[in-house]
Amino acid sequence: MQHTFDFAPVLDAWPALLQGALQTLKISGISMALGLCLGIIFMLMRMSPVKAVSAVALAYIEVIRNTPFLVQVFFIFFGMPSLGITLTAEQAAILAMTLNCAAYSAEIVRGGVESIRKGQIEAGRALGLHTFDVYRYIIFRPAIRAVYPALCSQFILMMLNSSLVASVSAEELTYVGQSIDAETFRSFEVYFVLGVIYLALSQFFSIVLQLIGKAYFSYPTK
Amino acid sequence: MSENAIQMSAVNKWYGPLHVLKNIDLSVNRGEHIVLCGPSGSGKSTLIRCINHLEEIQEGTIDVNGTRLGHTGANVDHIRRDVGMVFQQFNLFPHMTVLENCMLAPRRVHKASSAQAKEKAMHFLDRVHIAEQANKYPAQLSGGQQQRVAIARALCMGPKIMLFDEPTSALDPEMVKEVLDTMISLADDGITMICVTHEMGFARAVAHRVIFMDRGEIIESAPPTEFFGNPKHERAKAFLGQILSH
Amino acid sequence: MIRSFGTSEFLFILEAAKWTILMSVLAFIVGGSGGLMVALARTSNSKVLRWAATVYIQIFQGTPLLIQLFFVYFGLPLLGIKVDVWVALIIGLSLHTSAFLGEIWRGSIQAVPSGQSEAARALGIGYVSLMKDVVLPQAFRIGLPATIGFLVNLIKGTALAALLGVVELTRSGQLMANITFEPLKVYGAVGFLYFIICLPLTYASGRIERRLNAGH
Repeated sequence: MQHTFDFAPVLDAWPALLQGALQTLKISGISMALGLCLGIIFMLMRMSPVKAVSAVALAYIEVIRNTPFLVQVFFIFFGMPSLGITLTAEQAAILAMTLNCAAYSAEIVRGGVESIRKGQIEAGRALGLHTFDVYRYIIFRPAIRAVYPALCSQFILMMLNSSLVASVSAEELTYVGQSIDAETFRSFEVYFVLGVIYLALSQFFSIVLQLIGKAYFSYPTK
Repeated sequence: MSENAIQMSAVNKWYGPLHVLKNIDLSVNRGEHIVLCGPSGSGKSTLIRCINHLEEIQEGTIDVNGTRLGHTGANVDHIRRDVGMVFQQFNLFPHMTVLENCMLAPRRVHKASSAQAKEKAMHFLDRVHIAEQANKYPAQLSGGQQQRVAIARALCMGPKIMLFDEPTSALDPEMVKEVLDTMISLADDGITMICVTHEMGFARAVAHRVIFMDRGEIIESAPPTEFFGNPKHERAKAFLGQILSH
Repeated sequence: MIRSFGTSEFLFILEAAKWTILMSVLAFIVGGSGGLMVALARTSNSKVLRWAATVYIQIFQGTPLLIQLFFVYFGLPLLGIKVDVWVALIIGLSLHTSAFLGEIWRGSIQAVPSGQSEAARALGIGYVSLMKDVVLPQAFRIGLPATIGFLVNLIKGTALAALLGVVELTRSGQLMANITFEPLKVYGAVGFLYFIICLPLTYASGRIERRLNAGH
């Protein structure tokens, strides 16, 4: 059986694909930002001298890191309603991605904080700064800078993983692709085009994250 | 206002089984300049780090300008406002310019306005002769310049006491003098100083007293002429022999 | 009839875990062999090989695993290869694994001090022996923590098989959730089983990494 490639029906659906790509950008961007903030909170808990607090954070981080994202999505989307919390597919997607991103960010950022020399913290203390200010003004930027490449890789991985939320009908790029597939039966062409768009999205994220890194996390180091 | 700048009484400190400060009694008068010396591991750095509570003590009392420092850090905020510290490794914040390094604590701790903090920072940067580098980052400066910035940064908080923890030992030899000159001019202004250093020329020039420590104890305490001319204790003699033979 | 999630339902899920493990092991072995080729190509002297390996890695690291699996699943028949969905899955997961392990091992190979190859060359040792006897054993140690870390990702990645209808741990969970209407318990149990499989590997990876770092 000879297959003739026909991309036209897929490419004709470009407005829907564009819409899907923007939706992927949106949910990924929101989840990265929220996930990083939440991750910093978990990181602080993880480093807390109070054993119970640190144990809670560790348990959270390890559970998320050692279970599939898809199962987390199912747990949240199908499980939450039985607790009386009904979420739209998009809300469930953003929640799952944020919680996932938080666990990875917490571990990555912890590595950054631990790379900061003790003398930096002592200098802050000796100047009379309180712990919060020491973290915010002295540790934060150099710590993020130290692990920025790892953080960016994780963010891009998160963006790629967002394709899984299509399985609970969150309307992002993969979901749009599957709808086109269902209408045109051009499965191979659809997934080829999706692959190209995702490749472009990861390049886009990589460039944007690099620019953010240059703007906020760079300074001369000899 | 007759109390001492610093009063340490029967201070003891352990790192696990290691007894690093043994029964330290030390009074420092206002405006007094003290040089602390002794072999490495003698506890001299630990001693000054206890004064602003970078290290905890287990026994004894420390009073700074009449305020009692609690073992668990009571009054530590109050005391740190009066005590400036300069470190061996400079510890400038690498992501801030020289100016921002100097403005951070006045803004966050004294709640100074940006303009006030900047004015003060420029004043002290000028004093250490580095005002023209205000907008550079630490990594763009030489070690000597960085250490002078660190001194200016501490001075911006208006400390009454300055602690120096081996301020010249991480410097290339040609940069030692510029830092020592800065410290000498500071001493001339009458600020209380405790300086851990092996720079004996500096000790002769500004110290009122040289204190020699060994194995966690204060062994000898004397004016520089007496200490250098006629050390009483054998360990001090041996130490001076080593230092001065270089 | 609605069943509740009890022991026999849990055993059904547990049973399915063996497919998850089998799939992971197969993909790791096949993909690992491919990954070695990719790593050697990526560090070779040939410009063409280096370029080809780089493009391969970029494509597989820049697209979602799900799209890669669908691509292979729908693409193989177009090449005239009619295969079972299981085989398509193993091929897809292996291609994915080759790219990631190839990149990890490239880093490990380049982390071996260049003096090692120079010394070997000076002794007149050829490429195959240089790699097999000198470079790769050292690179293997350096890359071990990241390799185990990727194995954990691969195990989690096999969950996507559920979206192609293959019954493994996650799919069996979906089936049970549909029968019992207790998704919280079911997916909790599914997650727990993945956790039990992955956690020891995560810890081993962390321990080896700390030991290697301490050695320096």
